[in-house]
Amino acid sequence: MTTTDATAVPVRPRRQNPRGDQVFHAAATAAGVAVLLLIVAIAAFLIARAAPAYHRAGWRFLTEREWFPDDPSRAFGILALAFGTIVSAVLALILAVPVALGSALFLTELAPPALGRWVGHLVDLLAAVPSVVYGLWGVYYLVPRLIPVSRFLDRTLGFIPLFDSRNNTYGRSLFAAAVVLAIMVLPIVAAIAREVFRQVPTADREAALALGATRWEAIRLAVLPYSRGGVVGAVMLGLGRALGETIAIALVLAASFKVDIHVLEPGGNTIAANIATKFGESGAHGREALIASGLVLFAITLVVNVVARGVVYRSAIAAEGRP
Amino acid sequence: MSKRIEAEGVTAWFGSHKAIESVSVAIEPKQVTALIGPSGCGKSTFIRTLNRMHEVVPGARMEGKVLLDGEDIYGDGVSATDVRRSIGMVFQRPNPFPTMSIRDNVAAGLKLNGVRGKSAIDDAVERSLRLAGLWDEVSTRLNRPGAGLSGGQQQRLCIARAIAVEPHVLLMDEPCSALDPVSTLTIEDLITDLKDDYTIVIVTHNMQQAARVSDVTAFFNIGGPGEPGRVVEMGATSKIFTKPDDERTEAYITGRFG
Amino acid sequence: MSAALGVGLGGVVSASTRRRRSVVNAIACTALGASVVIALIPLALVLGYTISKGSKALTGSFLTHSMRGVGPLDGTGGAYHAIIGTLEQVLIASLIAIPLGLLVAVYIVEYGRGPLRSAVRFLIDVMTGIPSIVAGLFIFAFWVLGLHRGFSGLAAGLALAVLMLPVVVRSAEEMLKLVPDNLREASYALGIPRWRTVVSVVLPTASAGITTGVMLAVARVTGETAPLLLTAFGYDAIRTSPAKGPQSGLPLFVFQQAGSAFDVAVRRAWAGALTLIAIVLVLTVVARVVAGRSQLKAN
Repeated sequence: MTTTDATAVPVRPRRQNPRGDQVFHAAATAAGVAVLLLIVAIAAFLIARAAPAYHRAGWRFLTEREWFPDDPSRAFGILALAFGTIVSAVLALILAVPVALGSALFLTELAPPALGRWVGHLVDLLAAVPSVVYGLWGVYYLVPRLIPVSRFLDRTLGFIPLFDSRNNTYGRSLFAAAVVLAIMVLPIVAAIAREVFRQVPTADREAALALGATRWEAIRLAVLPYSRGGVVGAVMLGLGRALGETIAIALVLAASFKVDIHVLEPGGNTIAANIATKFGESGAHGREALIASGLVLFAITLVVNVVARGVVYRSAIAAEGRP
Repeated sequence: MSKRIEAEGVTAWFGSHKAIESVSVAIEPKQVTALIGPSGCGKSTFIRTLNRMHEVVPGARMEGKVLLDGEDIYGDGVSATDVRRSIGMVFQRPNPFPTMSIRDNVAAGLKLNGVRGKSAIDDAVERSLRLAGLWDEVSTRLNRPGAGLSGGQQQRLCIARAIAVEPHVLLMDEPCSALDPVSTLTIEDLITDLKDDYTIVIVTHNMQQAARVSDVTAFFNIGGPGEPGRVVEMGATSKIFTKPDDERTEAYITGRFG
Repeated sequence: MSAALGVGLGGVVSASTRRRRSVVNAIACTALGASVVIALIPLALVLGYTISKGSKALTGSFLTHSMRGVGPLDGTGGAYHAIIGTLEQVLIASLIAIPLGLLVAVYIVEYGRGPLRSAVRFLIDVMTGIPSIVAGLFIFAFWVLGLHRGFSGLAAGLALAVLMLPVVVRSAEEMLKLVPDNLREASYALGIPRWRTVVSVVLPTASAGITTGVMLAVARVTGETAPLLLTAFGYDAIRTSPAKGPQSGLPLFVFQQAGSAFDVAVRRAWAGALTLIAIVLVLTVVARVVAGRSQLKAN
């Protein structure tokens, strides 16, 4: 044991700048405030630029199907766009949610953990593919191959208007757009659902299994009821993503302004895709109108996302059993 | 270089919960003072008021005075960072910085406090590791990550890290509770060696440990659930463990509760 | 399981019930397994088709030439100008969003208190859900029109920064929260000030995870097309200055070529798509590998 040598080189700390902490704290707080200001700025600038368009269109902005904002003698409104946006997003979720939840359940409940993680990363890769690539692939690969599927649906279920194509044409339809959208929202819903299912306490699962439940019964009895809130939130976050998707739809859809439930027929349009396709050719009035439509989209996705986060958050609290 | 600590009427809260109430204790230099008592009696809270670590917890506050050789560490114009540099601390779980090598772990307190000069730092690293009894085991692999050592070695690394900044006092909050018996004995020997140079305060759950390493023992207890901890009795360790004045102390050390 | 059940409840549960339950179980588990396969089919198809189409069109000349002076029926021309544009735009976005995002995350985890902290966290959540086209509209309304700066690569960088910021904040926040408090305490106990503790102990400990989050954020915005339409607008020739006038970007290039009626343009779109997907996937995969090396493991 050596004792400290009194003659050793004195190692005395230099005094820190006492204001270092204050400066860093102030910088971090300023960054937080910047986020606040950014959101305010987004809302303010969109509203300011959209206001003239709302003023010119009045309430017809919500009820008009046409989109001729640069022509003073014609009208413009988002009815057809909003219809297409909602129909394509809802159809996409109907297609994507069962697959997303099924794969999430398999990867968390049935697959060996290492395999589950690995395949989970693969599913996540779907979310990394840029939307313009989905659009290109959609037009040139998927749409032609969906035509026989559409024809089959038309022939077998055509008595339901949703599956009826009145002139037997198929192709760049809301249905095709919804299939592409479904592929794009699938990884998002699946990733959140995996998180949600992982939160289910092992004890609950084992309790069900110990009662003699099969794997599927354990999922139904212990996993699903426990994670209902989180699953609803995951689906809504997928909905938010589907509502805002732009480029893939702009490429896949043959744009037309109709409010029509015959989704197998070519045509239809969405708010976001319309902004992308019309922006280049629009004049000043046209761009104001596009911003006005974008503001509506912003508002819708905002509500969907806030509600979804709330649902996920509350279910996470319930899962952890603490505030 | 070791200094005397006097706590006068220290009361500490977490939010609205009062954890300890009017604790007054005098801790002498070149001695080991053990703080013992049942779980939740406030001994960890108290030791954290001695180097202003208590205030790190959100919502925590305290009243009273803590004098280091007569100077109030909570006085106006005294910065918490200066206090912590002269009163070092070792925690329950060994917590070496995972991104740093063994050398950088020991040098962290010096470097991050603005000390420059490679030779001065290298000297301090070697001196601290020797004092912590770890030099012979790690001198050939100072550039390896600190997290690669065994639990007992990690804790001695943390002790080296704490003494590298040349504090006057070393606070140890249950330093052996996460270690195996062999590592525990090594640390206990180290504590005995270190008391020549430092004022040492150790919180422990283990009464044999208190009896083995300490010169003075303070027994903390609470009146009942939710009530603040207080010092019941303090005195020479030999006396506390053989004929304590207070019957609660006797009940505790003979294992009747806690 | 069913054997044990048979012994224990032999008299209560009939053999047919047991058989029915095990059949239901087999069907359900098969369906769940099938959904994994269904989820992976599009990945294989998109990647396979893009690679097969793109590799035929992707040439050295494509990567080194712009579209300047290329006629609608010319098979020549390439994405060089668009790749330069994307590099600049993503760099601008990163230079803004990464430092700002890290500071916001540090604010939320290390310094934030009370209602301001809750508001910032909530708004970051809100920003995560902003459609990319809306981010483009915002920069168009604010920068291009409001400040009369016109279309430029810089405007595109700003729009991408708006999209990148919440991703950086959320991932950095998650990683900072995983840094154990006892490391912060060890640092404080050495008399190291709080800000140095954050910079020299907390951030390095979380660095692998933060790097992963940042790379995923970069990958995400690299593939964004919609905001570029409204901010960079597109341009056929090489424009190295991001501040002066319209610029192209790789995703925008793919979109504009894909919208053409001519085969030569569609071929360029596929070549661009393959280039883009290669960049994005490499970033994503490398990010996952970095994450695997993290010292912090989420439970």
